[in-house]
Amino acid sequence: MLQPVRRSAEPPDPMQIRLVHYALFRDARGRDAETVTTTAATPRALFDELGFGAALASPESWIRVAVNDDFAAWDARLADGDTVVFIAPTAGG
Amino acid sequence: MTFQITSVPIDPSTWRDALVQDAPALAAGGIVVFEGVVRDHSAGRPVLSLEYEAYTALAVREGERILAEARARFAIEEAVAVHRTGHLALGETAVWVGVAAAHRGAAFDACRFVIDELKARVPIWKREHYADGPAEWVGVPGPPAP
Repeated sequence: MLQPVRRSAEPPDPMQIRLVHYALFRDARGRDAETVTTTAATPRALFDELGFGAALASPESWIRVAVNDDFAAWDARLADGDTVVFIAPTAGG
Repeated sequence: MTFQITSVPIDPSTWRDALVQDAPALAAGGIVVFEGVVRDHSAGRPVLSLEYEAYTALAVREGERILAEARARFAIEEAVAVHRTGHLALGETAVWVGVAAAHRGAAFDACRFVIDELKARVPIWKREHYADGPAEWVGVPGPPAP
């Protein structure tokens, strides 16, 4: 008997993602933090959804991403309730 | 904790005491300290003050990783570091790194490693306030305009 096939074309369930902003991203968003409802599956997709992708070319080369307080890949899979931070070039010291 | 982010002024003598206290008693024959202070110019522009902002949870995590790497790579007894946040006046200490080792070579090398890695990896941002224009985030090619 054939098993039902789950279609990959089904839209993903919306997730609640918390964004915390620092430095120029806070300036750009005008707030320290926000929670967004999104179907973006990765930080890269979320970055584009927020409108940053159109303004900032090749962010992978100079912006880092953190998920749940540790560095993460741009194509990491986001989960409901994750906290995401986009890290502009840093200048400690 | 051997890496800290602090919003209060850094007292070098307090941190030197902490470094020596953490190192095995009297095993260190050399202590090398790097102290980064706020200077009055940047890329030819007059600077009035600086503002540092940290993503504290990740800054501490990454700072601790750097110190652990230094202990693994160099023959040192202990390494500690602290970075300021908030608004700093000219001459204030922004960052303090201290390394204790049996011999000076490893202490110098490890101290250089820690400050270089810290500047490259730890999520801390700096905004310079200039005498001749609006404040800017350092190291950023241009503002994101979504």
